[in-house]
Amino acid sequence: MKCIGFRDNSVSFLVGGQAGQGITRSGSLLGKALMRGGFHVFGANDYPSVIRGSHNFYVLRASDEEVHSQADTVDLLLALNKETILLHKDELTEGGGIIYDEQTELSKGELERGDINMYPVPLNAIVEEIGGPSIMRNTVALGAAIALVGFDAEIMKGVISDTFAGRGGIIEMNHRAVEMGFDYARENYGDGFRCRLEPSGENPGRIMLTGNDAVALGAIQAGCKFYAAYPMTPASPVLHYLAAKDMEAEMVVIQPESEIAALTMVLGAAYAGVRAMTATSGGGFCLMTEALGLAAMTETPVVLMIGQRPGPSTGMATYSAQADLLFTIHASQGEFPRVVVAPGDVAECFYLTMEAFNLAEKYQVPAIILTDKYLIESHKSTEPFDPGKVGIDRGDLLIVDEWTDAEEYKRYKITESGVSPRILLGTRGATVLANSNEHTEYGYTTTDPERVMAMGEKRFRKGNALKKEVEDLNPVKVYGAEDAEVTIVGWGSTKGPALEALKMLRRDGVKARFVQVVYMAPFPAEAVGAALKGGGKLLLVEANRTAQLGALIKLNSGFTFEHFLSKVDGRPFNPGEIYDKVKEVL
Amino acid sequence: MVTMQDLATPATNTWCPGCGNFGILMAMKRAIVQLGLEREKVVAVTGIGCHGKMTNYIKVNGIHVIHGRVLPVATAIKLANRELTVIGFAGDGDAFNIGMGHFSHAARRNPDITLVVHDNLIYGLTTGQTSPTSKRGLKTKSTPRGVFEVAVNPITQALASDASFVARGYAGDMRHLTELFKEAITFPGFAMVDVLQPCVAWNRINTYDFYKERVYKLEEEGHDPTDLMKAYERGREWGDRIPIGVFYKVERPVYRENFPVLKGAPLARQKLDGIDISGLLKEFA
Ligand SMILES: Cc1ncc(C[n+]2csc(CCOP(=O)(O)OP(=O)(O)O)c2C)c(N)n1
Ligand code: SF4
Repeated sequence: MKCIGFRDNSVSFLVGGQAGQGITRSGSLLGKALMRGGFHVFGANDYPSVIRGSHNFYVLRASDEEVHSQADTVDLLLALNKETILLHKDELTEGGGIIYDEQTELSKGELERGDINMYPVPLNAIVEEIGGPSIMRNTVALGAAIALVGFDAEIMKGVISDTFAGRGGIIEMNHRAVEMGFDYARENYGDGFRCRLEPSGENPGRIMLTGNDAVALGAIQAGCKFYAAYPMTPASPVLHYLAAKDMEAEMVVIQPESEIAALTMVLGAAYAGVRAMTATSGGGFCLMTEALGLAAMTETPVVLMIGQRPGPSTGMATYSAQADLLFTIHASQGEFPRVVVAPGDVAECFYLTMEAFNLAEKYQVPAIILTDKYLIESHKSTEPFDPGKVGIDRGDLLIVDEWTDAEEYKRYKITESGVSPRILLGTRGATVLANSNEHTEYGYTTTDPERVMAMGEKRFRKGNALKKEVEDLNPVKVYGAEDAEVTIVGWGSTKGPALEALKMLRRDGVKARFVQVVYMAPFPAEAVGAALKGGGKLLLVEANRTAQLGALIKLNSGFTFEHFLSKVDGRPFNPGEIYDKVKEVL
Repeated sequence: MVTMQDLATPATNTWCPGCGNFGILMAMKRAIVQLGLEREKVVAVTGIGCHGKMTNYIKVNGIHVIHGRVLPVATAIKLANRELTVIGFAGDGDAFNIGMGHFSHAARRNPDITLVVHDNLIYGLTTGQTSPTSKRGLKTKSTPRGVFEVAVNPITQALASDASFVARGYAGDMRHLTELFKEAITFPGFAMVDVLQPCVAWNRINTYDFYKERVYKLEEEGHDPTDLMKAYERGREWGDRIPIGVFYKVERPVYRENFPVLKGAPLARQKLDGIDISGLLKEFA
């Protein structure tokens, strides 16, 4: 296996073209092929909220070690139109290359760079010869790209066969497109391009998927049997995946009339004893906030995923942000315990979704998986998920045919732990009364001060127990140097670029640490404190303007941040931006 | 066999004496007793308003939700466990103002649930503001110059939404209301019973006397409940004569039949052990 890049042991591709040209599909096919060839990959898309006609691109990075994010620059540009060249030429690494159609007219003045390797390929002519649709130009370009880096065309063809399984004609044409692009580049450009990605000859068996895929799989593995969601970018792919897999997952999957209906349906199913979930983005979550409080008051375990995008309001539907953290942990009136957990990569999306279901049921609280567009739409290669790692813990849920206790069943029985046993509706000898009004142990409405106090205290005792459990769940992760001169602090999807920045700093001999806060509620104040202690200078990195995690840390752990790196244009952090900021801070 | 006594709860009733809700509560209890339903197998879902207290006063499973959201909650409970008889109780405000967005969608889905609308043509719990079923011109606390809008007509609204069972009852006619409830509960599909419910505190117009003079029974006048156009005609009647009874009913496939997974044991009873997503990972490899 050989992996040579310009700056490090990684190679970056950018596939660009018009919306509707299958850009994300092509980029992820390349990623999958490279993964099967033994490389670790990360791929992110960038597209405006239009179906056709606007510029789209997908960046893919491959390496012989784990890659956590895109790189700052592009080594090989696969330009499916001229616009892509003009828009991205400045991102090219010195010595980088451009694959484009040979008929594209490009003057020297337009390119403005003499250090770039131009690789014209007859993309259109080859597609015409094959007699395929014009979208197949992508495949020709992929063939040329893998030839330039010394990769294996057969692996690419295998990925195509699997992706288009059952569509013989399409597979055959695409195979020819790969071969012809590959042969053309070999014959005309040989080994002239410096970057190498030569496969190991053995597929290490990893998987490549998005955060959305991983959350959906986590839900299935957790025994979620009811999913209702209203379409909203970037969370809709969870709905699409589960709807397509409802038989395998044995799940009821519904697109109801609104997010209000989605969460109240989920709540109805959960009240009846079914593990249930919904997903949305900020706008949909705004509509859900009243029902979130209903779940808290009735102690009904519901699970939600939020995929953040820039706001306020409609904002930028297809871009990323981390500005809903404080909203999420405070949403809905009144005070109540809840779970808010923020995965930082695809594996965490899977395992933390499972944890969210367990915590929701054990403590009978709403649990929210807080993600963002960059995390849930980007692809990452990872080890296959271990279905048995987290397990299913339904807490105090009694599944029996008959309630045989001498004492009548009380839905909100006052207990030491604060958790009152649940029972399935329909159990002989017991009726279950849930109530959005403050209530007695039986669930009857009350305003009696003593009972009101007792019930509120019960809910908060539960919260305390939940907090203790979360402290044992690895709620804060620490990466990098023990004796750090600088500590980068972040959450969610910034984990990827931050870990890449750590790599860059390590190469420079800088002792740096990255602290990832995973659980946002209950807030792991002590663990955060321990992780920040002795960390040198503290740099907070968040995709919001108001340093929302910083505010939580200050409130709960007392640490303040002198340095804050914020990015709010909807685009993900590049590792180099974090690296530069660290250098500035030091 | 469940008795009226079994359905009583210890909660103190706080409805105004003479409120039409008493009639609805009594008729519902009788319907449950006469149908021989087990109280553990019945679920009441209530919205917010005076009607919402139903869950406190009837000893079956219950969930008192938030304003306007009775239908999505009830729909999901039925999907989660088809062995349950699910009955929603909503106010006219709950069903046709804040919850209107759910009404036509529930009707369109046709879940096998019943919706009882406590239609007092006014807001009760919030002390007498206009409701979507208040008639145009009605002066209330919030409409001192009279209601400007045309009233929502629950019957034609339900018919237009393709509800498969559309009926109206009157809280002052216990026997008739009990029969209607029994028919609605046993009807396979979405069954709405709009109940004319005098609010003695805030509605001085639509009183027991008002209704006594006007209500008549559709079934006594040979109405054919399978005739949609006739149902519309009767549904628009509101004046000297006000029809009660079943306006329309048609059997359509119920919602849960669409879901292959619901053919086996109820969702809520499905075992969660033995799930393994490993096979699903293949497409990502
Ligand atoms: C979201 C929300 N808005 C407003 C209220 C206040 N509120 C309580 S009951 C009600 C309306 C009651 O009218 P109706 O639904 O007809 O029920 P009734 O009291 O007449 O039975 C309102 C507006 C609320 N509880 N929730
Ligand atoms: S306010 Fe009206 S609806 Fe409410 S209890 Fe009194 S009479 Fe009944």
